[in-house]
Parts: sequence; structure tokens; C-alpha cells
Amino acid sequence: MSQQAKIEIKNLNFFYNDHQVIKDVNMEVRANEIYALFGPANSGTTTLFRALNRLSDLDVGARMEGKILIDGKDIRSNDVNVTELRRRVGMIFEEPVTLPMSIFDNIAYGPRLSGIKDKDILAQKVENALRLSVLWDEVKDRLHSPALRLSGGQQQRLCIARILALEPEVILMDRPCAALDPISTYKIEESLVQLKERYTILIIPHNVQQAGRIADRVGFMLMGEMVEQGLTKDVFTNPKDQRTNDYITGRFG
Amino acid sequence: MKLINAKQSQMIAKTIIWITSIIVVSLLFVIIGYILFKGLPTLSWQFLTESPKSMGREGGILPTIISTLMVTAVAILVATPFGVGTAFYLTEFTRETKVTRIIRFSAESLAAIPSIVYGLFGFIFFVIYLKLGWSVLSGGLTMAVMILPTIIRTSEEAILSVPVKYREVSYSLGGTKWQTIVGAVLPSAFPGITTGIILGIGRCVAETAAVILTAGSALRMPDSLFSPARTMAVHFYILAREGISMERAYGTASLLILIILVINVGANMLVNKFVAKSR
Repeated sequence: MSQQAKIEIKNLNFFYNDHQVIKDVNMEVRANEIYALFGPANSGTTTLFRALNRLSDLDVGARMEGKILIDGKDIRSNDVNVTELRRRVGMIFEEPVTLPMSIFDNIAYGPRLSGIKDKDILAQKVENALRLSVLWDEVKDRLHSPALRLSGGQQQRLCIARILALEPEVILMDRPCAALDPISTYKIEESLVQLKERYTILIIPHNVQQAGRIADRVGFMLMGEMVEQGLTKDVFTNPKDQRTNDYITGRFG
Repeated sequence: MKLINAKQSQMIAKTIIWITSIIVVSLLFVIIGYILFKGLPTLSWQFLTESPKSMGREGGILPTIISTLMVTAVAILVATPFGVGTAFYLTEFTRETKVTRIIRFSAESLAAIPSIVYGLFGFIFFVIYLKLGWSVLSGGLTMAVMILPTIIRTSEEAILSVPVKYREVSYSLGGTKWQTIVGAVLPSAFPGITTGIILGIGRCVAETAAVILTAGSALRMPDSLFSPARTMAVHFYILAREGISMERAYGTASLLILIILVINVGANMLVNKFVAKSR
């Protein structure tokens, strides 16, 4: 694991109108690690993710203070191209959202947006992405059938492939396995561990156990505050904050 | 004290709903059936391909078919880009403000105005002020103004029903606003937008009052957009109103119904084919 900070969040405050959803959060994610940001619903985890690739720009009444640096550069400075940023920081949503088009077109969607038209290059990118997300063998014979016919687990891996086709640097996953069965979850977790060799992965796990299984480091958020963060094994075996302990041991949440 | 129990009220409600729907459906079939019954015998190759003689007592109705197609085509070609564009502006490019509310309110009000008022407007504006005269163009433009609200409303509904998730996916894959609209929103909204256009076509084909005032009622083959024209609906109206030939009026009406049927079925097939590729 490299020690270099890929993402730095400094004194982040986030508001929806007058409602503060993130309170003075500081956080650091290193390159090529899996960072799990966990906490009960309404902790501000999803909002933090949306701020990271500026999807929150689209939300009415959203306002943020503080700094988010990726590779040392403020993502909100004027010379940052938002679409370029989103290409570098891919987002996987809780529910797999496949666009109503073929499997191939779903994955080629991102590369096409960036102006790639060559069929061979697109085909190559689609294949690579599908192999990385461990979906290739299941769909290679029906790339041109509608993506909506895939099972839930396959659709979520398709969404991962769709992000990978953009060759991003950071992948944000917001409860990617919440709607999936245990076997699909297992397959996705397995591919994540492989993917971190190339990418920096931030995940909001749908339960504490998932964080424990796959994350190198974790952060525990509660009501918009960062309660505790550190190496997974430290936080899980020896939490410093009583609230972390209570949450991990299932006393609330 | 309850007079009837739940099971009885369920039965009564079911019966009432059944009766109303049966009445509506049979009414529809009776009307269409009656017109086709009266009109179909008149339909012949000659009726479809010849020009009318002696004001429509004899001969065919080819010029009115062509006029109908031309007026409708002008209307749809003009109204679709403006209507769909406005719908996209209202849904994607602005947030709810006073301006959007005014535009939406205007569109809704326009939809409720009787067609004769559009006819009068078209007559004053296109025919006289713009000096287009009674012509296919005046008629088509007037129809375009008339169906604009319908197309705006239905397109808006269609666009709004596209899940926000699709837009977020497109944005999160590095799409610009325009790429997102073309790539993620339009394909999903397409069936709904098509429905609006079909409704518009239906109104154009069926319109009489506004067409008489703007395209005229000349029973000649229109040779350009600037020729006066008589659409099928107008022809039907004049044949029946002036007692020229009820037989031919029904023939025209049957053909009108068949054309609308073909357009609807065709558009549905188009939409289904499109949807089948994606679902």
C-alpha cells in the first residue's frame, strides 16, 4: 500500500438549504486502498460521496464549505473540468442503474461520451471492463441483448464494468451490494480486492461486516460527524470511541 | 348500522365499473362501425386516385388526401422541434421559477382554446398579415400553433418520467448536459414524445374550422405549399353540410378513420420496435 494521499478532505461542511448534513469532516484516502466509510442511515456518507465527484452540483439547495483535494488539487477550483473529474472519480449507486440499452452500449456509453467512436477500440474496452468486473464469461455471447434482462447481481457488476471502461482513478461505491444476494455480493467483493491494485476504492458498505471483510481502512460517521477512522483492524478490535464500539457490536444502528 | 357489507359494496362497485366501460367501448364501436358500414362500400381504387368531379358528387378525393397529408406534415414538422425543445427547456434547463410557471400556464391555456379561435388567429396572422393567403402553409402553421401545447405537455410528462437515476449515471460517467439529454433522457422519453406527436397528428387530420379559415376549401390538387387546399375533414364537412353527397361524405370519413388507424398502429409499432431493443 502506498502512503501517498490520493484524496484529502479538509474541514468539509455540507448543507442542504439550512440543514447541515456533514459537520467538519477531515479524511484522507491513500492510493490503491479500499476505504470503507460506514455508519447508519443519514450519517452523511452518501452526501460525502456525491461531493467527491461533484454530483452534488446537481442537487437543489446544496452548498459546501471546506476543501476536497484529489492528488493535491482542489476539485472545486475553476480550472477543474467537472465532466473530466467525474470520469476520473466513478460512482456506483446502491441500486444497479442500467440504462435501457444493450449490455455493450451500457459499457460503451462512457467511452463514447469522451469521443471514442472506433468500433474496435470500443469493443476492446468493453471486453476489458467486463473481464475486470468478472462478468465477461456470463455475457460474452449476448453483448447486444438488453442490459435490463440481467439479474440484479449481474447488473451491478455491469455498472462496475461501466465505470472501469472509463479507466478512472477513484471508484466510489455507495452500498453496492445492498440489493444483492450473498453470492453476488461475494463475487463483487472478490473483484474489488483485485481492483484495488489499480484503483483507489471508497465504499459505503451496507453492513459493518462487509467493511471488516474488504477494507484496509475505515471511517465511522454518525449524524454527519466523523467519529473515528483508522486501520480496519484497529478500529474493529480496539475502537477508541464508545459510539464506534456500540455500533460495531450492534448495540444500535 | 351499515346498510351493506364490504363484499356487497365490492360487487356493486365492480358492476358499475363494468357497465360504464362496456357502454363507452360499445359506443366507440357503434360509431366507428356505423361510419365504416356506410362508407366502406364507397371506397374504391377510383375513389382514392381520382380528382373529384362536380363538387365531389362524383369522382375521387385524391386532392383532399394529399392536402391532408401536406397540412399535417407542415404542422408536425414545425410543432415537433418547437414543442419538444420547449419541453426540454422546461424540464432540463431551468428550475421551477416564475418564468417556467408562466410558460406552463400559457401552454395549458392554449390547449383549452377552441380551434376556431386558432383559425381566426391563423387567418389574421398567417393569411392576411404575413400575406401567405389561403394555403397549405397557412393551414399547417395554424395547426402547428394549435397542437403545440399538446406536444409540449406530453413531451414534458415523458421527460419527467425518465428516472433521475439515468441522468445521474450519465453525469457520473462524465456526460455533459447535452450528452445526457441525447444519450440517457431522449431514448427513454421517446415513446412518450411519440404519443404526443400522434395526438397532434390526430388533431390536425380531424380539424375543420381552423383549416377552412386558413387553408381554404379549394377542391384542386395543391401543387405547392402556397396553394389553397381542402383537407379530408373539410371535404367531409362540406359534402355533408351542403348535402352534396352523403355517400361520399361517409366514404371520406371511413378513409379518415382508416388513415388515423394506420398512423396509430404504425407509430405504436415503431415505438415497440424501439423499446424492444432496450428492454
